[in-house]
Amino acid sequence: MTEDIIVHGVEWTVKELFVYPNEFIYWSIQIVMYPYMTGLVAGAFVLSSLYHVFGQKDLKEIAQFSLVFSLALLPVAALPLLLHLQQPARAMAPLLTPHFTSAIAAFGMVFTVYGLIVVSEIWFVYRVYFVHQLEALKSAPGFWNAQRRIAYRILTLGAKDVSEDAVRVDHKAAKILAGVGIPVACFLHGYAGFIFGSVKANALWMSPLMPVIFIMSAVVSGIALCMLTYIVIMEFQALRLRRKGGAMEAGETKGAEIDIISKATRYLLGFLVAAISLELLDLIFRGYTAMKSWDILRSVMYGKDFINIFVLQYTLGNLVPFVLLLLPGRTIKRTVLALLLVLFGVFMMRWNVVIGGQAFSLSFSGYMHYHIPVIPHSFETFKEGLFGAVTVIATPFLLFWLINKFVPSLRRDTGET
Amino acid sequence: MNCSRRDFLKESVGAAFVSSLPLSAFVVLTTEEAIAAVAESTVRWAYLVDTNKCTGCGMCVKACKNENEIPYDAPVTRTWVERYVVTKDGRTHVDSPNGGRDGFTSDKIRDEEIDPDNVDKAFFVPKLCNQCENPACVQVCPVGATYQTEDGVVLVDREWCIGCGYCIMACPYGVRFFHPEHKVADKCNFCYHRITKGMMPACVESCAFGARRLANLRDPDDPVTKIIKTERVAVLKDEYGTKPHVFYLGLDNNVR
Repeated sequence: MTEDIIVHGVEWTVKELFVYPNEFIYWSIQIVMYPYMTGLVAGAFVLSSLYHVFGQKDLKEIAQFSLVFSLALLPVAALPLLLHLQQPARAMAPLLTPHFTSAIAAFGMVFTVYGLIVVSEIWFVYRVYFVHQLEALKSAPGFWNAQRRIAYRILTLGAKDVSEDAVRVDHKAAKILAGVGIPVACFLHGYAGFIFGSVKANALWMSPLMPVIFIMSAVVSGIALCMLTYIVIMEFQALRLRRKGGAMEAGETKGAEIDIISKATRYLLGFLVAAISLELLDLIFRGYTAMKSWDILRSVMYGKDFINIFVLQYTLGNLVPFVLLLLPGRTIKRTVLALLLVLFGVFMMRWNVVIGGQAFSLSFSGYMHYHIPVIPHSFETFKEGLFGAVTVIATPFLLFWLINKFVPSLRRDTGET
Repeated sequence: MNCSRRDFLKESVGAAFVSSLPLSAFVVLTTEEAIAAVAESTVRWAYLVDTNKCTGCGMCVKACKNENEIPYDAPVTRTWVERYVVTKDGRTHVDSPNGGRDGFTSDKIRDEEIDPDNVDKAFFVPKLCNQCENPACVQVCPVGATYQTEDGVVLVDREWCIGCGYCIMACPYGVRFFHPEHKVADKCNFCYHRITKGMMPACVESCAFGARRLANLRDPDDPVTKIIKTERVAVLKDEYGTKPHVFYLGLDNNVR
């Protein structure tokens, strides 16, 4: 026997009782990250659309930020899939030879359409800013200013008309794109739910509610992440300005707007209630109908995964933040804690679906336990381990920092450089 | 001749299109190939397992691993044998150490000693790909790398599989796995390279007890087809609607 034979899944799967020989945890941490990141993208976009489409004026500031942030999150939704594929070099094959009876064949297409919508909406929202930047940099000296000028010239795409009519067209286009974007964002994520919900061989996954549950929890996580990042960045900026001291105007030194936070919190709670209701409905229905698979499902949910599902997901991830956000006298610190817990709760929900769905054997006579590789000793244990997941989580923040250099989503006056 | 610039361009584009069509796009078929292309296949492969005859020797698993180049000691296999022991207390003990490759030489099932006097019934059940009529794995493959042939066997294109694992998740029988060397989905294909040349699958060939047999359901004179048609046979997990084509004689309701 050769030493370097690696059977995918053996590394992190521990079997208990009778499990078919070929069964392992084939879909591991990256497939947990995939719906999690996709959900964040969809949620961030929905939050931004609340302002652009439904005219929720008090959400304006966070809406612009969410839009840009959803662009930063976008490439990262596909990254876990790439890291998961056994043949990453063939990642483009689903686009070239899609087999449309498969739920994942159209992912690339939906994803691309959605990406185009986000990019074009951002362009329409920021076009005037690009033109102003170009004018401001016209006579600015220096090598870097010249580079930035070129960048902004490309970003305007030659459309330099900033007359009132042109701006009105911009607004209209952004509104239409945001409107079209909502169903596409929901489709993108509902579709991730369908990938799991349609697997008839898996007793835990197979449910027509899965796509809807995924959409609801996606919006919850998206809003939570946007609020959290918004608060952190605003507070950081305020802190930095206060440190510099001196001639700052009072208006500029304030951190996150409590009004914006309150409003966004209301939406967050609404979607959270919807998500929990659907999940509980699914659970009760399974218990009540008690099909053949219920015995093993019950032993997984109420036994082996009890802590993951009922303590970490429902209590710590849903109930506690729910109470924290509803109790009167909410402070920024408490909101931050609640948001972190919400994000954790949604992550645990993805974990319990993806890993929990593989916690029992197709024979219904045994269990599989997942031990996530922490210290990598090969590329496989890196990408399908803790560090792979951390890479996926860190990337959108890096991208956001880069994008924000050209598309400032967080300055109160978008006219300044 | 009157030829405007517009006409000239139009004609040129057309000519460019025609000349860019490679000759290889046209295939000249022989008579046999033409008939084969339009006629329904005269073959539908199926499989018959007689659980009454299986002794759990594991020769089929050994033969399969060697024939199909599945690394011998890797814990994945295209076919395997399960041992079922139902004790007098009503419990069902199931195991398949190494997929049953080395036989079942111990009375222990997962460290639990089974007292032979306490056994109600015990038997072996070989498992392999069911070559379903309505295969869930083919449905979910995003690139069409796994497909059903005219004669009913489901194959995997190793050159095109992206290794997403969706087919592995979709198979209710757990027959699929990632090939440890090729890094693509893999599974039993009834030894397609053999059966299409008139030979028997390696597992059938190696079974000394006649527990495993191959059938062509479209051939009414096939002796195995006759058994499937006239005797009481069962399939595994028909509730998934996959229409499996591995038939079992003497299947017990304890079999998972």
